[in-house]
Amino acid sequence: MKIHEYQAKQLLAKYGVNIPRGFVAHTVQEALEAARQLATFPVVVKAQIHAGGRGKGGGVKLANSLDEVSELASKMLGMKLVTHQTGPAGREVRALLIEEGLAIKQEFYLGIVVDRAASRPVFMASAAGGMDIEEVASSRPEAILKEYVDPTVGFQPFQARKLAFGLGLPAELVSQAVRFMLALYQAFVDMDASLVEINPFLLTEDKKLYALDAKVNFDDNALFRHKEYASLRDLNEEEPLEIEASKFDLNYIKLDGQIGCMVNGAGLAMATMDIIKLAGAEPANFLDVGGGASQERVENAFRILLADPNVKAVLINIFGGIVRCDMVAAGVIEAAKKIGVNVPIVVRLEGTNVEAAKELIRQTGLNVISADGMKDAAEKVVAAIR
Amino acid sequence: MSILVDRSTRLVVQGITGKEGTFHTQQMKAYGTNVVAGVTPGKGGIRHEDIPVFNTVAEAVRETGANASVIYVPPAFAADAIMEAADAGIPLIVCITEGIPTLDMVKAYHYVKSRNVRLIGPNCPGVISPGKCKIGIMPGHIHREGSIGVISRSGTLTYEAVDQLTKLGLGQSTCIGIGGDPIVGTLYTELLELFEKDEQTEAIVMIGEIGGTAEEAAAEYVRDHLSKPVIGFIAGQTAPPGRRMGHAGAIIAGGKGTAAEKMARMSACGIRVVKSPAEIGQTVKEALNR
Repeated sequence: MKIHEYQAKQLLAKYGVNIPRGFVAHTVQEALEAARQLATFPVVVKAQIHAGGRGKGGGVKLANSLDEVSELASKMLGMKLVTHQTGPAGREVRALLIEEGLAIKQEFYLGIVVDRAASRPVFMASAAGGMDIEEVASSRPEAILKEYVDPTVGFQPFQARKLAFGLGLPAELVSQAVRFMLALYQAFVDMDASLVEINPFLLTEDKKLYALDAKVNFDDNALFRHKEYASLRDLNEEEPLEIEASKFDLNYIKLDGQIGCMVNGAGLAMATMDIIKLAGAEPANFLDVGGGASQERVENAFRILLADPNVKAVLINIFGGIVRCDMVAAGVIEAAKKIGVNVPIVVRLEGTNVEAAKELIRQTGLNVISADGMKDAAEKVVAAIR
Repeated sequence: MSILVDRSTRLVVQGITGKEGTFHTQQMKAYGTNVVAGVTPGKGGIRHEDIPVFNTVAEAVRETGANASVIYVPPAFAADAIMEAADAGIPLIVCITEGIPTLDMVKAYHYVKSRNVRLIGPNCPGVISPGKCKIGIMPGHIHREGSIGVISRSGTLTYEAVDQLTKLGLGQSTCIGIGGDPIVGTLYTELLELFEKDEQTEAIVMIGEIGGTAEEAAAEYVRDHLSKPVIGFIAGQTAPPGRRMGHAGAIIAGGKGTAAEKMARMSACGIRVVKSPAEIGQTVKEALNR
C-alpha cells in the first residue's frame, strides 16, 4: 500500500526523523493559512500524488509571497500532473503540502528495502541524492552504499556511521546522521514497511539534516496488524475497478487490451495473459479468481471484467485440481446467465470431471465456447474478437 | 530415488484441526502419505482424522518420530509455526500459508538457516514425489511417477505443466512449489543440485515468474553444474512494471525482474526456454528425444 508524502512525513516524525515544518492543504484557503502559519518565505508548494518525478512534472514550486502561494495552489489543485510514473493520463492533484523552504547545501539519498537475494533488509545511502535512484543503480551501482541488516539484532550504530562517513558528511554531523538513520530504520520495522525512501536527504547551510521528501510503502501482508493505516489509503489514487475487486477479495489489475481473463492462481493468470499475447491479442486484465472458483466469486469477477468497456471477449482458464470441473462449469454458466454476459466466453477447464463440464457448456445455449488446453483457448478467444 | 520426500517421510501437520488442515490431511492420507501426527496448541490429546494431536511440535516429534512438517496455520501465526518446527529439529518444513508479513519471514528464514533445516515455501502448493508421498495441496491424481523434476514459484501453473507432462507419458520424480513470496526458504539452486544427484531424475522443468533474481542465479548454476537438460518458462511476459501480480513476490521493481531479462539469461546459460506455457511438456519430450 502506498501513501502520500505528507502522510509518510507525519509518521516518520513520530520516530524522530527530522522533517521540514509544513501543513497539508486541500484548498487555496488552506494553502494560504499554511503559509501564514509557517511565517517564512520562500515556502515550497508540493503536489501530493502517489507517483515519483513530481518536480520534473511541475508539481513542486517555490513561492515567495502569499500571492504566489495563492496563484500556485489554485493552479496545482485539480490539475492533471503527468510524470514518468503516472502514464500519459496523469493524476489529479487533490492535496498540497506547504513547507518551509530550506537553504540547500547538499542532497543525499537514503533508502531501506528487503533485499530478496539476501533475505534481509538493506539500508542504502548515496551521495547522488535528488536524482532518479534507479538510474544511478543501473549506471553507477558503486555510487550506492549498502549495509545489510542482521535481522536478529537490527540495524546497528556502526553501520549508520559507515554510511555517514561513506557519504562524506563532515565529522561533526555524523552523530546527527546516525540518529536520523537509526530512527528511520526503527520506523521501517515498526511500520512493517516494504520501502522507506528519503530522496533527497538534505544537508542545509545551517548544518541540519532533513527528510526533504519521503516515500513509505507498507507491506500489504502486514496491514492486518496496523489497522490505523486503513485511514491513510487514498482511493482517488487507485483504479476504480481494482477498488471494486478488492471489496470481493479478488486480485484484479486493469490493463489495456481487449481480452478479459479469469484464471485461478496468480502464476497461471500471468501465463494466460502471456499466451493471449502470443495468439495475437492483448489481455485486458490480470485476475486471480482464487483456487475454488466458486459461483459467487465467478459472478463478481464477471461483473468487474465486463465493467471495462474495452473487453470484447472473456477467457476463463481454470485448472480444477481438487475442485470438480463440472461444479466450476455450472457456476460459470449460472453467473453468466445472472450477469447477462453478452460477449463471447471461451472456457478452458482442466481436472476432474472435465467431460461432464464440457457437456454442461454445450447444453447452455449461451455464447460459451469450450476449449482444450491453453493454446486452443487463446486461439479461440482471439478468433472471437476478429 | 526422488528428492526431499518419499516412503520414509513421517509427516506432522501443524494446524491439523483447522478447515484447510483437516481437508488436506484427508487428501494426503488418501494419497498414501504417512501422516503420523498433528499439532494444534490446546487440543493435545485428542485424535483428529484418526491421527494423534499434540500441543507442541516438540512433543509430536518425541512421540511419533515425525521427520517432516506441513503448515496450514493463518498468516499471523505461520512464521512462529515455522520456527517451532525448526526448533523441534524437523529437517523438512513445508509452509503452505499465503500472506505472511515479509519482516516475519525474514526472521523465520534466518532462524531456520541457523538450525540447518530445510524450509519449502511459504505461499506454495508443497512437495510431491508421485506414487510415494504428497505434502501440500496439489491434486495428486494429475501426477505420475517418472523421471522429470519440476521446480516452480507457482501453484496452478505447476499443475498445468505437470498435467502436460503426464499426458505425454512423462512422469515426475519430485515436484516442488517453492512459493510466490519475496522471501522463501529454498530457491531453485539448492533443488537443482539435488535433482542433478538424483538417479531417478532425467530432466528438470523450472517455472519462474517476474520479480527478484532467483531465476538468473539458477541459470548460472545450471550452466556451471548441471548435466541434465533443463526446460524453463517465465510467467509475466506481459505484466506491467510496478504492479504486484497476485503473488507478493511477482513484481517488476525499479526496472528489475522482468521476464525478458530472466528468459535471456536462462537461454544464454543453456536452458531451453519456452515462450508459450502450452509448450512446456512438448519441449521436455523433445529434450529427451522421445
